[in-house]
Amino acid sequence: MSNAISILNGATFDGAVKITEAGLRGMITLRGDLSSVQLKSAVSAVVGLGIPTQRKINRGPKGGVAWMSPDELLLLVDYDNADAIVAEITTAMAGEHHMAVNVSDARAVFLIEGQGAREVLAKGAPVDLSTDAFRVGDLRRSRIGQLAAAFWMTEDDHFELVCFRSVGAFMFDWLSNAAREGSVPKYF
Amino acid sequence: MSTRLASGGSVIDRETTVSFTFNGKTFKGYKGDTLAAALLANGQTLVGRSFKYHRPRGIMASGAEEPNALVNMGVGNRFEPNQRTTTTEVFEGLTATSQNHWPSLEFDVGAINNKVPRLLPAGFYYKTFMKPQWAWKHLFEPIIRHSAGLGNAPKEADADRYEYFYAYVDVLIVGGGMAGLAAALEAGASGAKVLLMEQTANLGGRLAVDEAIIDGKPSADWIAQTIADLDAMENVTIRTRTMGSGVFDHGYAMGYERINDHAPDDTAPRHRLWRIRARRIVTATGALERPLSFAGNDIPGVMLASAVRDYASLFGVSAGDRTVVVTNNDDAYRTAIQMKNAGLEVPVILDARPQADGALPTAARALGIRVDTGKAIAKVKGYKFVTGVEICSQAGEGTSLETIPCDVVAMSGGWSPVVHLWSHCGGKLNWDEANAMFSPDPIRPPLGSDGKGFVLTAGTASGELATAAALRNARTVGRQAADEAGFASLTVNLESLVLAHDEEPMLPVWSMPAGAPYKLRSKSWLDFQNDVKVSDVRLAAQEGYESVEHTKRYTTLGMATDQGKLSNINGLAILADSLNAPIPNVGTTTFRPPYTPISLGSIAGEARGKLFKPTRKSPIDTWQDANNAVWEPVADWRRPYTYRRDGETTAQAVTREIDNTRTGVSVLDASTLGKILVKGPDAAKFLDLIYTNMMSSLKVGKCRYGLMCTENGFLFDDGVVARLSEDEFLCHTTSGGSDNVHGWMEEWLQTEWWDFEVYTTNVTEQFAQIAVVGPNARKVLEKLGGMDVSSETLPFMGFTDGTLAGIQARPFRISFSGELSYEIAVPAAQGQAFWNKVMEAGEEFGIMPYGTEALHVMRAEKGFIMIGDETDGTVIPQDLKLGWAVSKKKTDFIGKRAMERDFLKRDDRKQLVGLLTENPADVLPDGAHAVEGGKNRYGQENMIGHVTSTYFSPTLNHSIAMALIKGGSKRMGEVLTFPIGDNKTIKATVVDPVFYDKEGERQNV
Repeated sequence: MSNAISILNGATFDGAVKITEAGLRGMITLRGDLSSVQLKSAVSAVVGLGIPTQRKINRGPKGGVAWMSPDELLLLVDYDNADAIVAEITTAMAGEHHMAVNVSDARAVFLIEGQGAREVLAKGAPVDLSTDAFRVGDLRRSRIGQLAAAFWMTEDDHFELVCFRSVGAFMFDWLSNAAREGSVPKYF
Repeated sequence: MSTRLASGGSVIDRETTVSFTFNGKTFKGYKGDTLAAALLANGQTLVGRSFKYHRPRGIMASGAEEPNALVNMGVGNRFEPNQRTTTTEVFEGLTATSQNHWPSLEFDVGAINNKVPRLLPAGFYYKTFMKPQWAWKHLFEPIIRHSAGLGNAPKEADADRYEYFYAYVDVLIVGGGMAGLAAALEAGASGAKVLLMEQTANLGGRLAVDEAIIDGKPSADWIAQTIADLDAMENVTIRTRTMGSGVFDHGYAMGYERINDHAPDDTAPRHRLWRIRARRIVTATGALERPLSFAGNDIPGVMLASAVRDYASLFGVSAGDRTVVVTNNDDAYRTAIQMKNAGLEVPVILDARPQADGALPTAARALGIRVDTGKAIAKVKGYKFVTGVEICSQAGEGTSLETIPCDVVAMSGGWSPVVHLWSHCGGKLNWDEANAMFSPDPIRPPLGSDGKGFVLTAGTASGELATAAALRNARTVGRQAADEAGFASLTVNLESLVLAHDEEPMLPVWSMPAGAPYKLRSKSWLDFQNDVKVSDVRLAAQEGYESVEHTKRYTTLGMATDQGKLSNINGLAILADSLNAPIPNVGTTTFRPPYTPISLGSIAGEARGKLFKPTRKSPIDTWQDANNAVWEPVADWRRPYTYRRDGETTAQAVTREIDNTRTGVSVLDASTLGKILVKGPDAAKFLDLIYTNMMSSLKVGKCRYGLMCTENGFLFDDGVVARLSEDEFLCHTTSGGSDNVHGWMEEWLQTEWWDFEVYTTNVTEQFAQIAVVGPNARKVLEKLGGMDVSSETLPFMGFTDGTLAGIQARPFRISFSGELSYEIAVPAAQGQAFWNKVMEAGEEFGIMPYGTEALHVMRAEKGFIMIGDETDGTVIPQDLKLGWAVSKKKTDFIGKRAMERDFLKRDDRKQLVGLLTENPADVLPDGAHAVEGGKNRYGQENMIGHVTSTYFSPTLNHSIAMALIKGGSKRMGEVLTFPIGDNKTIKATVVDPVFYDKEGERQNV
């Protein structure tokens, strides 16, 4: 899909913490009964992962699956295959009420990396981001400043964050400002 | 005169000199000095003028309670008024100027107010409202505006930046004095996550000044050891220069960190606002010393006794050479002893109590200091600085017994625990008769969601004034806080061995001398910043003020930037005395956050400049910006109003775009339209309830325009619904309504119709939506290629899925312009690519983009309503001739019952009409009201409705408008009158609101 461009085309900011626009990511909103066997096997079939518990994300070589609400998951998949995977899930879920929809283009994705990444996010999210409270695999659907966002930790001091595409540029500016040299609170 | 002492100064670095200016004069200070300390070290005792009387004012305190010594700080884009010199640390290059005087600090014309104080008594401001009527506007107001006030307003945008920080802790401790440190140690030992905030740069609080031996260690050693112990605990964090400024519900607290006020730079943010959730909050906020109310107690040189020894001990600065101490308690003797030990003179200690035989008075006498008991100050001599005091009997009326020359008066009226944070969220107070102070009542704390108290007080803030008791209390509370936060403590021993001077009871003294006549009372200050005197509070009581809250506002007592930290207790004691009521019955005023003023910048945080408010941008935004889009905000989006070409006015550009759309082909970025996917076995049933019209009968592959009403029957959103499959619908909403409509749907699904099998997802941003509009639209799509777009395959109000120009596309045959129109949804990431292909393919047909104004004019020509123009939350579909879209067959939908109410069925409701002005060139102003002659009972013209949309239509070459007019549908052909100001009116004829192509032939081809 040579025509497809992400919101900032991979822009980066190098401050106290590194901010990167991560480019296009495949994302599927999957709504349904998270305890259903059919849904579990459909998810397992496409990303090879189990259903995460509340405020968690499971990640693996084929992608990821993030808890979004008691009846909603966000599947992280290959961008180019998102539509095909939606079709696969729809087939696998036949007969069971659910909704699977490709939302890849509705989103912007950012990486927040480096010592102080927790504190950059804690400037905008009313979330306990301290080392003992927020760990690899933890996820929050919250806000950053005035923007709705979800973020999770992939390894220590490495976060991925998604927001709506229309505010991607604002989010990048916000994160870059919060990540400026000399501004890390050094609390965590 | 005040000066730097040869030795002493535990917080200054005598090796590092900094220079700063005050009123243009260059001074030297040491690193670690507060500005107040450095000014005193340079002999600058006069630092400002008072609010009302322009009296000379000096430094009175040494901390956050300072009422007088406020200055304008900085210049240009770093200028800030009302900065407290006692909490401002000096730095190289600091510039400060004094406030509230003209022409100069030394000579102030406004001081004339001081000569005529009888003209400015309590409530003078309100009294000026009374009579004569003209006097307020023309006499009093200008004078008051000119003479009142403190610092200047900044004129430039703030150069600094600010931010928030969210933290979650088990125990938050506010205050880094002995109690805070001890409580932190106990809480920390239990393993709880502890955050301790101290507003100053240094830890230790009063213990750093007032010596005690704790567990065998002198104060300084105990403080150092405790800090080291706390530093060793990973679960404990100490932040200095961070004030705990507010306590809110659910364990929420606000911290105000001054990151680089003491060393300004461009890198770090200046202030950081901490927003903290704590399981338990411990306020170890200490106590503030109270002034005494004697005549002339506001003259520069009259200071709090504790401040006098703070300056000597912490900064190595003497406030003066000859210090008279005046007190009602033992504590102030510490000041006398310290001054004496520093080699300075203490001519006398005036103790209002009949006897003073405690350990401290004994020690003072042993140093040879004269102690006069039962004595008071009749008045302070001097104007710009203290020259002496006249002594009298406390029991008398102020007859002078002796005049004693001095340059400092160190006063102490006792201590008041800092109960602000305890009280912010509802903690209650008890009156402590023995110490004449309000103390927190531990059994009536602010309650959290679990019904338990979430704020505890520690040390002096608990009302424990003696060192040993304060320490015991702090340790107990520290442990209790951790325990309540879920961390059982392991330590057993809560006792420390404390060696400190025992103190004898104090004597409440509210008026000095007790029988002070008016002449003295009218020079006895309560509120130094707002110029409120003992006589003012007495006058208020005399005039009938009983409530302390009313008296506060009438006299302005405690209403200044210091919020009465020094004046409140003294003021309400005077009020109680005047009313002959016990002090606790009069009560306190309400304590509100923040504890001291915080910068507006810190409240705004990072939200300024380009981060002020998010703007949503469409996938075509960059192209639009590069192609002369004239932007307009549409909800949170920015959208091109028009695309202006060289030499065009905005209006000309709009006309060009309309003409091109009506005659050729144009393209519109409609990506901002809301798009909500609704899926499930009950999706059709659900949408039948959400929309007023029938959606379940919609065929797969077809579109239908639908309306949404609130429970009250009022129209709030509209849009086209497309049925994707039997159980799946795509609902388009207005650009501004997508989030609300999505939330609205979810609310009904989650709270009322939770048994429906329906899921929704907001897919607004998944798609770029590009409308190709005009008679040549089909030719452009045919050229893009990839699918059959003929009217047979893709008829009006149909849609299909396929590819166009190699891009996955879903064209909808829907039209908001009345022209042949395809709205094509493509994946957002390919929106720009598709747009480019459309522009390329359309080039030979003269394609051009059009903006929202052309869209508006064209929809008005067609009589299409716009949510927010024709609707205002009080309009039902029937008012807008949209009754056809309100189902009569359905048993229910949201708003159905409401529409049955008789006032919604009246036929004289305001109804939508079209208007054609008599003069085709006259465009009615938006919102213009139609009048029908006659006046109502208020003498206003009788109005019958207003214009909701109004444009000049280039298509019709005639001004057109839509309006909501009372009984409008029966007024066809009537000529209405619209006054438009300046005695001008526009006349317009009521017509059908569909002005163009009434049969709808152009869109259906």
